Amino acid sequence: MLKEGQIRIPSGCAIAGIIDRKGGLINGCEIIKSIALMHDRSNGLGGGFAAYGIYPEHKDEYAFHIFYDSAEAQKKCEEFLFKHFNVDEAERIPTKKIPAIKNGPDIWRYFARVNRVRMKNARLDESEYVMQCVTKVNDAFEGAYIFSSGKNMGCFKAVGYPEDVGEFYMLDKYDAYLWTAHGRFPTNTPGWWGGAHPFNVLDWSVVHNGEISSYDANRRYIEQFGYKCSMQTDTEVITYLFDHLIRHHGLPTNVAADVLTAPEWDEIDRMDAQKKEYFTNLRAIYSGALVNGPFSVILGSNKGLLAINDRLKLRSLTAATKGSRAYFASEESAIRVVCPDPEKVWSVSGADPVFVPLEINEKEDA
Amino acid sequence: MAIDYIPRSFTIVRDKERCIDCGCCVRQCSNECHYFADDGKTVLADSQNCVACHRCVDLCPTHALRIEKYICDYRENANWTAQYQQEICRQADSGGTLLSAMGNPKPYPIYWDKILLNASQVTNPSIDPLREPMEIRTILGRKPERMTVEEKGKSTIKMPPQVVLETPIMFSAMSFGSISLNAQKSLAMAAKNLGTLFNTGEGGLHPDLEAYTDHAIVQVASGRFGVHKEYLNRSRYVEIKIGQGAKPGIGGHLPGEKVNVEVSNARMIPVGSDAISPAPHHDIYSIEDLRQLIWSIKQATDNTKPVCVKIAAVHNVAAIVSGCARAGADIIAIDGFRGGTGAAPTRIRDNVGIPIELALAAADQRLREEGIRSHVSLVAAGSFRCSADIVKAIALGADACYCASAPLIAMGCHMCRTCNTGKCNWGIATQRPELTKRLNPDIMHQRVENLITAWNHEIKEIMGGMGINSIDSLRGNRLMLRGIGLSEKELQILGIKHAGE
Repeated sequence: MLKEGQIRIPSGCAIAGIIDRKGGLINGCEIIKSIALMHDRSNGLGGGFAAYGIYPEHKDEYAFHIFYDSAEAQKKCEEFLFKHFNVDEAERIPTKKIPAIKNGPDIWRYFARVNRVRMKNARLDESEYVMQCVTKVNDAFEGAYIFSSGKNMGCFKAVGYPEDVGEFYMLDKYDAYLWTAHGRFPTNTPGWWGGAHPFNVLDWSVVHNGEISSYDANRRYIEQFGYKCSMQTDTEVITYLFDHLIRHHGLPTNVAADVLTAPEWDEIDRMDAQKKEYFTNLRAIYSGALVNGPFSVILGSNKGLLAINDRLKLRSLTAATKGSRAYFASEESAIRVVCPDPEKVWSVSGADPVFVPLEINEKEDA
Repeated sequence: MAIDYIPRSFTIVRDKERCIDCGCCVRQCSNECHYFADDGKTVLADSQNCVACHRCVDLCPTHALRIEKYICDYRENANWTAQYQQEICRQADSGGTLLSAMGNPKPYPIYWDKILLNASQVTNPSIDPLREPMEIRTILGRKPERMTVEEKGKSTIKMPPQVVLETPIMFSAMSFGSISLNAQKSLAMAAKNLGTLFNTGEGGLHPDLEAYTDHAIVQVASGRFGVHKEYLNRSRYVEIKIGQGAKPGIGGHLPGEKVNVEVSNARMIPVGSDAISPAPHHDIYSIEDLRQLIWSIKQATDNTKPVCVKIAAVHNVAAIVSGCARAGADIIAIDGFRGGTGAAPTRIRDNVGIPIELALAAADQRLREEGIRSHVSLVAAGSFRCSADIVKAIALGADACYCASAPLIAMGCHMCRTCNTGKCNWGIATQRPELTKRLNPDIMHQRVENLITAWNHEIKEIMGGMGINSIDSLRGNRLMLRGIGLSEKELQILGIKHAGE
């Protein structure tokens, strides 16, 4: 059977996210509780989490989380990593043996800084260098897969129900200011750990529910700019779109969100001149980046959390706030289970992306 | 009487029980097939010149007429077919190049018929076009590499001129001269009401079409007929015609007989003189020359009009398209070898060029590999017979499509393929006043509009089935296509998978 990357596998899903915009820490138990409530939305074939702010002692280093299928793959990958990065620490990611999670790969993490000499020789800026190294490993080293490569953040994912995945990685030992979670319902699956969500590259992590009908239009658009959609998944292409728009084109996060979920022409035609010009230009320039079909997406980054929903509201996504915290989930109940008395609850609409920026700047903080 | 060695093509069958000898067919037939017998009352027919245009059939008040294929068997020969023998006889008679009209009729593969479309089931809902907005608005023109904003909701970018179409379907170039003014006017009126564009071809812009200049594409072809500054500015965009799918590599020839006062004025040539468009533009012998012409036109129009370069689909089409994009073309139109024409040398029409499906797929892919696809617009041309062909072209990578034969058929054309004779009984491909007056733009524009409106509905319905509600998400979305009965190589060039994969 073909695995992710060799074939495109559509999935249904549950997603959830919690952010404390003041940077307050939230224990992993909370997000597990939230996603666990939506157990029936996934089928045990993929679950995962992204956590931001979990490695304060290594906050200036890239945290690489890697799946290894064999010692041979690990040897090759480490050779590459040690050459291209200065690795300060390497360890197995602590996990707990539980019956629900089995047959997994060996899971390692590395804290590393870029090898500046190599980076300068490659004439790349830092993020481009890191991204190309990650792409290289994932493309070229059979049996090694970097599934997390940001700073002071990490993804944790596996084949299983999300609550089991959370227990397996002992996420109750982690505190983060931003969590996202995902439970997967693939329509056909080889059960590959790399195929679970979140999808991550640099600081971006995407959890997504839906099957985008614009996939190939988006893929062929983004591949013009050096990205390679090797996973053939919606999350991958959505992550690359955001990375490209925000990092390469310098667009603010909420403008990038407007590109993906641009309002309909009917609506644009009724707007005032300034807005009309803005959206018309946006849609004309980025027609290939418009995302179509049912989707709800939570994008995590060190800048904050962005939640977007498809233009026709074909997928559910609810938001709520209380104090400095904002909650997002496919179902309202999954919010109320961790926050029974929110101040505000609403259904995220297609034309109105919700961006919750982080109000602390980590660097200044330090 | 000299023997012409060629049996006729059709037989006019008259039902004598129905015929009332009213003479309608006599008045209608410009080929003079129908005539009154010596008694001055009985209507008879001589089928020799019948082209099967059906004018007499459709207008006969008692439905007494029928055209049938005249079968006169030759000894069977798969190699020396009747057609080749007849063509040899015609050339033996005339000593001239064979001329034909309309698109390549040969049985080459039609890839549209070997591509199947996708629809949503379960994992992704189809969208009901009666309930949800379905967007087919299409914006042509050069796009900047990136957007710049002051903040969300405030754009700071200065956009190059853009063309907003309310349908991805435009009308392809048909000059005044090759078609009648009434036919052109019908297309212009339809284009205006549909929110799309018609194309003047290389025949200049007739003053009667002034009201439609916002919906006109004006062409600059190798003969430069009717080209002046005001002409360029009275347009929505300017198209430099390098080639045409029906006759790649050669120019055009409008016989002097067709150059009446009106045509002469529009083209700025003397009455009765042949209008000859040279094979190449004699100021474009290279890509850098094309760049200069593009910039000259942009200068002459004060950078207010996008410039399109139209080329015929030839073997090296992908590299040529890329060159045009880099030479400054904002829109590139590719015309496939099944594209129509008013007149083309038969051998060229039937043997030169490649199908639009392959050319479009190759060009779109090439531009993407070079990272410049999003900067320019691609227009596909060369025979779109129905809305599904259009959907397939957009999914292969076209921004919009040029159609000509289909709207002509809507106006009465029966594809008799004798446009080059100038005797079009439907008043389309003729300049004879007694024929052109048969085509009433006030009625015909409505039929053309109906056709495109119907296609728009069908495109929306197909998109809805795919779970797509904006044509932006269909463009280049080749995962929505599957090949049927195609070789690995064909699939590879089209960039699609086989059905079942």
